[in-house]
Amino acid sequence: MRFAETGINLEIDLSRGSIEKEGTDPGLTELHLGGLGTNARMLWDRVPPETKPFDPENLLIFSAGILAGTPAPGANRTIVSTFSPQTLLMAYSIMGGFWAPELKFAGYDKVVIRGRSPELVYLWIHNDKVEIRDASHLKGKGSLETAELIRQELKEPKAQVATIGLAGENRVYFASIEQGRSSASRGGIGAVMGDKGLKAIAVRGTKDINIAQPAEFFELCTEVLKYIQHRGENPIKGVPPILAGLGSPQEMSLHDEQWHTASFAWGNARERRKNFWNEEVEAKWKETQDKTVERLISCYNCPMKCGGIITHPKLERYMMKCYSKLTYTMAAMSDLDFGFRIAGLAQEYGVDGYTTPQVMAFAVELYEASILTDQDMPGFPADNEERFFYLLEKIVRREGIGDVLADGVYWAARKIGKGAEAYDHNTIKKHEQIPIKLGTLNPIYYLMWSTGEKINITQIEGQIPQAPFPTKEEREEFVKDWIQVPKEEIKDFVLNWGEPGTAFPNFPTPEATCELVEWQETMHYIDDATGICAGLSSFPIKPPYHIHNLPRLISSATGMDIDEAKLWQIARRNRTLIRAINVRRGMRRADEKPPEDHWKRRFPEIEAKLLDEYYKFKGWNNEGIPTKETLEELGLDYVSQDFEQRGVYKEKKAKAAKSTKSQKPATKRDSKK
Amino acid sequence: MKKVKVIKIDVDKCNGCRSCEAVCSAFHAAPKYSSTNPERSRIRVLFDPLKDIYVPVLAGEYTEAECNGRDIYTIDGKQYDECSFCRASCPSRDLFKDPDSDLPLKCDMCEEEPPLEEPLCVQWCLSDALTYEEREEEGEEEEKPEEMEIGLESLVKKHGLKTVKDSLARLAKG
Ligand code: SF4
Ligand code: SF4
Repeated sequence: MRFAETGINLEIDLSRGSIEKEGTDPGLTELHLGGLGTNARMLWDRVPPETKPFDPENLLIFSAGILAGTPAPGANRTIVSTFSPQTLLMAYSIMGGFWAPELKFAGYDKVVIRGRSPELVYLWIHNDKVEIRDASHLKGKGSLETAELIRQELKEPKAQVATIGLAGENRVYFASIEQGRSSASRGGIGAVMGDKGLKAIAVRGTKDINIAQPAEFFELCTEVLKYIQHRGENPIKGVPPILAGLGSPQEMSLHDEQWHTASFAWGNARERRKNFWNEEVEAKWKETQDKTVERLISCYNCPMKCGGIITHPKLERYMMKCYSKLTYTMAAMSDLDFGFRIAGLAQEYGVDGYTTPQVMAFAVELYEASILTDQDMPGFPADNEERFFYLLEKIVRREGIGDVLADGVYWAARKIGKGAEAYDHNTIKKHEQIPIKLGTLNPIYYLMWSTGEKINITQIEGQIPQAPFPTKEEREEFVKDWIQVPKEEIKDFVLNWGEPGTAFPNFPTPEATCELVEWQETMHYIDDATGICAGLSSFPIKPPYHIHNLPRLISSATGMDIDEAKLWQIARRNRTLIRAINVRRGMRRADEKPPEDHWKRRFPEIEAKLLDEYYKFKGWNNEGIPTKETLEELGLDYVSQDFEQRGVYKEKKAKAAKSTKSQKPATKRDSKK
Repeated sequence: MKKVKVIKIDVDKCNGCRSCEAVCSAFHAAPKYSSTNPERSRIRVLFDPLKDIYVPVLAGEYTEAECNGRDIYTIDGKQYDECSFCRASCPSRDLFKDPDSDLPLKCDMCEEEPPLEEPLCVQWCLSDALTYEEREEEGEEEEKPEEMEIGLESLVKKHGLKTVKDSLARLAKG
């Protein structure tokens, strides 16, 4: 018997219409745990670097985390992995909700999709019964609408449905996979699903998930739950409300948006409005929100309530999660009511709530700079909000200018030319970032933005405070019950920060910075393998899950014998393997940099030193490539052999420096439609 | 005097997390906590987010035959599904039946020695959609049938006493 995991993957070939059930190798679980880890292994083994994102040979993997569906609170993540048409690197996006537990209850850990169906289809997984079904009647349908229609035609109200909208069908590079209250949005994975001709995967399961050491595991789960309750009653003192609690940022319930609206940049990541938030705005937004958010909702087996049911007189009911509340509002320099209105529509079309608003704000800027004209955008409205609705419609249909914009800011800027490149000032590795533009280089964030394989800061950062506590007493108070730190020395960072001589960019030291970044990142890699929500683990300050309780939790659930060192090693192995996958696709040091204007005050020498130190710390060479020794230490000999065969270690600097720059966008690789 | 145990359900506070289902099914697994499967839970949350409907329902009595007709409630302008508030394990629907054996499931308020402070679903519902109360009421404490008896009874009702007896005899031999 397998514990926590089911030990079975579904292998679906859409070109041949075949469905296979494959037993998995427990040895791989020992090495990579599950979720993202085993996904990465599959992508390394089965998708060579020559395969393009829209080749039928590309895999699209839906994986439940290894603890998903067990009583561990918040263990509900689906990790979707493939290659991104936008970055041309590995994409892994993660969604909460109810889909992953349902897949496990149906008896599977992963659904692995390959090939391409000539007609639009959907997959129906009902315990042992798995079928590929016609979806031609769902063509062009919205995400909630599709899910509802599928439930009705299957007469299975309890089926969980992950689906793409129109944007995915049209292979928009930032199309999402939607699942009611949750979505896997980053990296254009919805476009890959659309390319495969797969509209949706519906799943329903009524089988058991087994636990190896039930009594111990359940006790640990109960402790976690109690700690969540404790944290609910004891928000972190001295930090903004949005950072004080657990979960994804509690934006559906909180009204105080001082922190986001004042620290993040508005428009096309342009303008910081430090004085935007005042009593008048707060009162108005509060009124909008109270009217609109009807109920706070959760993901499977989680007491936090990060989502909301949105009721708006102009819209059908929909569900929203955390930060998309603000992304459209801020990109359009508008207000909250607009945000709620456009986000509902955007979700039906299935587009990423981070990237989409920025692409649209970018287009508006180009128009205002006369780089795009009425010829490019016939009928472009004069009204600001209308412009965003106009652009959304064009993009999801790939109509006119929308066809260019649908590739994202990086590729669109290059296609448009005429100086448009200068307006692409908020992408890293061709991917739109959170719009943050700050003053002085922050060493910790510098490394995270530069090197994170997720290419998305929220999936790298987390449990360290974002600003120093003003007094010594507050600092001491904060570290007193900081049980989550992997080593005591980490506390020095908080204890010292705020003392004279601890200003950026010379604080923390490169060594201390490496430790901090590695810790944050490691916790994320563990979550992405277990399927525990980052909102209860790697992302908030003082979370209920940490490196000291996770090993026992994982061990008692799975029956494996994993201590802290071993768990850390597994996370390192997974992290290194994903780096290797991207290295094999051409990613090099030259790609590892935040946008030039990310900070006003940059320090090239310090930055170079930080990157040098971090690469060394990670066991990578000066190009960011894991060394032979590192790979062998992690049992990834097959990677180093591959690197040697391909001459990756022997590249001349010049070639390496060119890196992924010379690549072409994925659009023209084949014409399916 | 007899003790009456009450789980109070506040549908407005339910966030649809289904922790109650998860923990109930784990508690009733044999050995305890050795597996999870909401389908075996004795509490289910009927929800339809797009109508803002969230109804936790505790499994009640097994019934051999369905009612003469069904009911549909509308509350605050929201129309609930047929029989949404009924607790019965009933032939008209697949709610509260063990997915393997089809035997009826019934909430036992987490029968346990020593008794739990509160039923587990209540303990795990941090949103307070479920809260617990005990009170005394006039009357005799009823002898409660064991879980096995409930199951057997329903088998007898379904297949007749003789068939069940024969099957048991066969099983005993095998
Ligand atoms: S913390 Fe929030 S996002 Fe995470 S599982 Fe719970 S409800 Fe979902
Ligand atoms: S645990 Fe509480 S909030 Fe969650 S579904 Fe059950 S009743 Fe609703």
